[in-house]
Amino acid sequence: MQNDNVLSMRKINKSFPGVQALKNVDFNLRKGEIHALMGENGAGKSTLIKILTGVYPKDSGQIFINFDGTVKEINVKSPYDAQNMGISTVYQEITLCPNLTVAENMFIGRGNYRMVNWRAMKKKTTEILNKLNIPARATQQLGTCSIAVQQMVAIARSVDMDCKVLILDEPTSSLDEQEVDKLFSLMRDLKSRGVSIIYITHFLDEVYEICDRITVLRNGELVGEYEIKDLPRVQLISKMMGKDLDDISSLQNKKQIEEKPDAVPVYEAEELSSLECPNPFNFKIHKGEVNGFTGLLGSGRSESVRAIFAADKITGGKIKVNGKTVKIKKPRDAMMHGIGYLPEDRKRDGIVEDLSVRENIILALQVMKGFFKPFSKAEAEAFADKYIKLLGIKTASMDTPIKSLSGGNQQKAILARWLLTNPQYLILDEPTRGIDVGTKVEIQKLVLKLAEEGVSVTFISSEIEEMLRTCSRLIVMRDRRIVGELKGEEMTQANIMHTIAGEAVQNG
Amino acid sequence: MGNGLKKIARSQLIIPLIALLLLIVFNLIRDIEFFSITVKTDNSGNSVLSGNLISILNGASAVAIMSIGMTLITSSCKGQDISVAALAAIAGSVFVSVLRSNEITIPVIIIAFLFCTVIAVLFSLFNGVLVAVFKIQPMIATLILFSAGRSIAYWINGGATPTVQSPLLASIGGFIPGIPIPTPIIIMVIFLILISLVLRFTNLGLYTQVVGINEGTAHLNGINPVWIKLIAFIISGICVATAGCITVCRIGLINHETLLLDAEMDVILSVAIGGTALSGGKFNLYGSVLGAYVIQALTVTLYAMKVPSAAVKSYKAIVIILIVLISSPVVRSFTVKAYKKLFKKQEAKEIPVKAS
Repeated sequence: MQNDNVLSMRKINKSFPGVQALKNVDFNLRKGEIHALMGENGAGKSTLIKILTGVYPKDSGQIFINFDGTVKEINVKSPYDAQNMGISTVYQEITLCPNLTVAENMFIGRGNYRMVNWRAMKKKTTEILNKLNIPARATQQLGTCSIAVQQMVAIARSVDMDCKVLILDEPTSSLDEQEVDKLFSLMRDLKSRGVSIIYITHFLDEVYEICDRITVLRNGELVGEYEIKDLPRVQLISKMMGKDLDDISSLQNKKQIEEKPDAVPVYEAEELSSLECPNPFNFKIHKGEVNGFTGLLGSGRSESVRAIFAADKITGGKIKVNGKTVKIKKPRDAMMHGIGYLPEDRKRDGIVEDLSVRENIILALQVMKGFFKPFSKAEAEAFADKYIKLLGIKTASMDTPIKSLSGGNQQKAILARWLLTNPQYLILDEPTRGIDVGTKVEIQKLVLKLAEEGVSVTFISSEIEEMLRTCSRLIVMRDRRIVGELKGEEMTQANIMHTIAGEAVQNG
Repeated sequence: MGNGLKKIARSQLIIPLIALLLLIVFNLIRDIEFFSITVKTDNSGNSVLSGNLISILNGASAVAIMSIGMTLITSSCKGQDISVAALAAIAGSVFVSVLRSNEITIPVIIIAFLFCTVIAVLFSLFNGVLVAVFKIQPMIATLILFSAGRSIAYWINGGATPTVQSPLLASIGGFIPGIPIPTPIIIMVIFLILISLVLRFTNLGLYTQVVGINEGTAHLNGINPVWIKLIAFIISGICVATAGCITVCRIGLINHETLLLDAEMDVILSVAIGGTALSGGKFNLYGSVLGAYVIQALTVTLYAMKVPSAAVKSYKAIVIILIVLISSPVVRSFTVKAYKKLFKKQEAKEIPVKAS
C-alpha cells in the first residue's frame, strides 16, 4: 500500500444469492482528493460503498486505512463503527430528521446520554455553519431548508465528527444548478482541508468539473483507475458500458412534424389549470410527435404534465382528444383516453414496493379493464413475460418484489406498465433520472421508436442534451408559466437559456 | 431444498402454520386423547360430533369471520378498527330487538339478520369515512365507536338483556338437526368460500394492497383509495354483524356488556399472527383465519390442561410473546442467516470438486 493512500481496499469479494456482486475489486483513495466512483447500475458501486461503511459484511478481502501515518487493517461491522473510524456517508435521500432543528440534527446520536447543553450546541453549530459557509441558522427546522442545504448540513455533521473519508452518494440528483455550485464549493473547501471524498454520480459533467481521479467498475469487476485528464468523456462512457458508444451521438430525432393547419392534434388543452398548476396554459401534441417541457427546477414543468394527466385536482380548462371534447377529471379518465404517465418520483408515485414485478407491470391495464375483471394468472404472466423480455428487465423472476430491483430496472418495469396499456399519448417525466447510462440510452431510443410507431410522447429531463436529442419541439417554462416554444433549428442549449432568461431567440 | 418448501418458507402463512403445528405436537405428546372426536347425543336428541378439535373450530368462528374484515382494513388503511366487538354488540342487539317484536320464523330471522347487517355496515362506514375521507388515524377514529358502541347497544334494548329462545336460533348457534357439524363452522366455511370467490373474481386483493403500500401510485394508476378503504369497512361491517348474530344464537340472549368482550384484540392478533403487517400492505386472508384458530387452539389446550380460567390469559400472553417474537423481522433474518451458513458450508465443500 502506497503511503499517500488514506484508504485502500484489496481484493474485495461479495456475492448475493445468485450473483457475484464484487469480484476481486481494488480501490484506492488518496489524501485530499475527490475520487469519482463510476459504473452503471448493478456495476457494484453501492455494494462496494456498503462494504466500506459496514452495511454488508464482505466475503473476503482487506480494507486498510492510513489516517495518522500508520497503516492498519480495519474490520467495519456497522455504519456506526465506520463513522467512529472516520468514514461517513451522505446519501441521496436525506437521512436526517426534518422536524428537528439544524443544531439538533448536527448533534443527534452523538451525545453520551447525559444532559444536553443547548446553548453550547447552538453556538458550536453556528460556528460550523459559518466556517463552511452554509446558509442556515442553527435554530431553523431542517425541513424548512432546501434539499441542498439539508445535504450540506449532513456533510457538515460528518465533517464535525472528524471524518477523514466522506462518501457522497448521488448528492446532486435533486438539486438545481445553483445549488450544485454551492455544494461543489463546499466540497472544494473540504478537499483543501484534507478530507478525501468518494463521489458517486450519474452526471458526467460533474465528474469532469470537480473530480481528480476516477475508478470505473463494470459488472462487479474493476475496469481501472484513471487520472481525470487521461480519460476523455467518450472513453469513460465506453469503459462503463464495455463497448464503444457511437449510438449516443447518432441518436437524434430527425423527424420534424410538419405543422399541417388542418391536422387534428391527439391531445389539445385550452386554458388548463390545476391546484398545483394555477396558471392556465394551452398545449397540444400531434400524432407521433415528441415534445418536451423544459425549465429550471420549480418552473412548473412537472406540474403541467400532471395537470394533463389530471394527477392533481383540475380547476379549469377544455380538453380535446382526437378533436373530441372530453372530460378528464381524474387519472382514470386520462388512462381511458389512452394517456399514460410515468411520474417524476419513481419511489413515491411509481412502484408498489412490496408487490411483484408482474403485478407492477399489469397494474395500469388491470385498472383500465375494471374491478370485476381480473386477469387470469396465465394472462398476467404472459404480459409480464413479454415486457420483461422486450425491455430487458433484469429480475430473478416475475414474482420478485420490485423493490429488490435496481433503479433502472424498476423504471423499465413502470415503463412496461404503460406500454402494456397501448397508449396513444405517453408522458414521461424524468424517465432517465437516477439510472445508468446504458438504460438512459435505451429509454431514449425507445421514445424515438414509439414516436415512429405513431405514439405521441412528452419527454421531460433535467439533462437538456437528452431533450435536444429526442424532442422535436420544446416548451420552455419559467415561474410556472410557458415563456416560449422552440423547434427545429432553434433548439439549442443557448436558446433555451435565453428563453428562460426572457431574451430574444437567435437562429441557428 | 425443494422449491415448494422454499415457497412456503417465504410465504406469510409460515408463522401460523408453525404455531399450529407446535400446538398439535405439544398436545400429541401431552395427551393423545386431546384429538379424539366422539359422537354424542345432545339435548334435543341429535347425534353430533364432539371433542376438542370441534370446539376449537366452533369457538373460533366469530373471531375468524371478523378477522377477514380486519385484514382488509389493516391492509388498506395501515391501521386497525378497534370497535369491531362493540359493533358486534350493536348488531346483536338490533338482531334480538327485531326477533323479539316478531314471531321467530326463518324469514323473520333472515330479515333480522339483513337489518342488523345494514345497521352494522352503516356504523362501519362511519368509521370508514373518518379514516378514508378525513384521514384520521384508524385507531383514533374507531376509538369513538369503541367507547360508544356498547352504550348504543344498551339503548337499543332499553337497558335489558333479553333472551331469545327458539329451536331455529339454537340450530344456528349449535346444530341443525341431522347435521353433526356445528353450524358456526359451516357458516365460517361459507364465508371462506365467498371471500375466496371475491378474491378470485375481483381485483379487491390487488387494489387493497396497492392502496396500502403506496397510495400515490394507486391514485396515479386510476385506483380511488377512498373507495377501496370504504369497501374494506363495508366488508368488515358484514363480517362483524355475522359474528354478532352467531354469538347471540349460541348463548340465546344478548348482553351488551359481555357479548364478544375484548374480542377486537383477538381479532387484531389473528391478523398479526396470520402474517399481515399491522402497518398495512401485503395481506393474507387465510393466514388471519388460521391465526384465529391458533388462538382458540391455545385456549382450548390450556383449558384441557386444567389451567384455572383466571390464569388462562397470562399463559396465553406468554405463548403470544413467543409467536410474535418468532415472526419478528430480527428473528426471521437471523434464521435465514443461520440457514444460509449451514447451506454455505455444504457449497464450500463442493467447490474443490468443481475446481479440479
